[in-house]
Amino acid sequence: MTTPPPIAMLAELTHRCPLSCPYCSNPVALHGKETELATETWADAFVQAADLGVLQLHLSGGEPASRPDLVDLTRAAHEAGLYTNLITSGIGLTPKRLDALEAAGLDHIQLSLQGTTPELADRIGGYKGGFERKMMVAEEIRKRGLPLTLNAVMHRHNLDDLDRTIDMAVELGARRLEVACVQFHGWATLNRAALLPTREQTEATKRKVAEAEARLRGTLAFDFVPPDYYADYPKACMGGWGTAGLNISPDGKVLPCHAAETIPHLTFDNIRDTPLRDIWYDSPAFNAYRGTDFLPDTCQSCDRVEVDFGGCRCQALAIAGDAAATDPVCRRSPDHGRVDRLLSEAMAEADSATFTYRVIPRP
Amino acid sequence: MSLALAPTDRPRLPRGVRLAQDRVRGGMVLLAPEKAIALDAIGEAILTRVTGDATFAEIVSDLADTYSAPRDQIESDVQAFLQSLRARVFLTVVK
Repeated sequence: MTTPPPIAMLAELTHRCPLSCPYCSNPVALHGKETELATETWADAFVQAADLGVLQLHLSGGEPASRPDLVDLTRAAHEAGLYTNLITSGIGLTPKRLDALEAAGLDHIQLSLQGTTPELADRIGGYKGGFERKMMVAEEIRKRGLPLTLNAVMHRHNLDDLDRTIDMAVELGARRLEVACVQFHGWATLNRAALLPTREQTEATKRKVAEAEARLRGTLAFDFVPPDYYADYPKACMGGWGTAGLNISPDGKVLPCHAAETIPHLTFDNIRDTPLRDIWYDSPAFNAYRGTDFLPDTCQSCDRVEVDFGGCRCQALAIAGDAAATDPVCRRSPDHGRVDRLLSEAMAEADSATFTYRVIPRP
Repeated sequence: MSLALAPTDRPRLPRGVRLAQDRVRGGMVLLAPEKAIALDAIGEAILTRVTGDATFAEIVSDLADTYSAPRDQIESDVQAFLQSLRARVFLTVVK
């Protein structure tokens, strides 16, 4: 196959974050501040990304507002011609900083939502007062007319509040709501029993999202990520490995997805050493699972192979023990029984499970 | 809400949604929150006329004249395209 240019890049500016969400998508081995890329290195990476064909840049973390140079980075991204999106908890965004981000050319903000009440949100985020500060930031965003997406990360403890979550998105003036059920990578795998929703919650969620989507068409757009352990078929993870998007970690490693480092036999090049173009088109890690040729017969003979590309490589490794296997959430996977076992184990332990919060090592 | 555009409605791209040249792939793209839509010639012809000043009826007339095409056909194509964008809040309407 011919490799297309990437469309989107996720820049994980830092792993630092005031919150400690137990489902954080960062790797379990977090990088400290001393390993982070310098402002100029990021700015150069943005220019390289735009030259390569990237149109959308997501400034993420950790909490990107933990970087003192966030405004400079935003300006650099904007000047490189990228559509610039800030993925944030809101903590660290003062009115003055929002003014500066707006002036620097920020296009859009994706604000995370841990829960609909201070009690629940602050318990999930492990940060007292976080919810109240987030609501103040949301109001500042609304006042400025900055385009807003609310990213509600959903799981066993907040899925029953979905109706209120949807109302909040409308009240906060969001144009888009992500109902993102926790995916089990990184920290979330340590918290499966505490986070996995029940099948009943999952079914109710699908009904509620479909109803609200029809009711709010033209006011609030929805993106729904269902819990894939209950799905029949896997997600087309990243739109295919090395096909649509890439990720740069805080220390400069260029990854096909944010969880790719869990595949231990892959070696990832660093933006400090290698041009982005060479990494995208020529590196063994990006070429490892491109296309569908590497997939087993289960996928090769399946009519969905060009729909989901065999699903998620990281999940195939984590559950089936082979990154080239069919994603085991697929009903047709020979390893699907392992997903059912994980589900029944998690349900058996759910009531007694406590959170393992994300922690960053101090240097 | 009904997504249908009335003849006097003035469609516009809201803040955070814009047209851009795709200098790597060629052609134009519509950039929106966490979404990039590659436009074909028809999409480009429609959206470059969405200024916030032109009414829906004026856009349709302009396209029918420019491409010497039947107005009814143009109107239903433009209506369908703009409604699909409006459903995702990639397009708003000034009454």
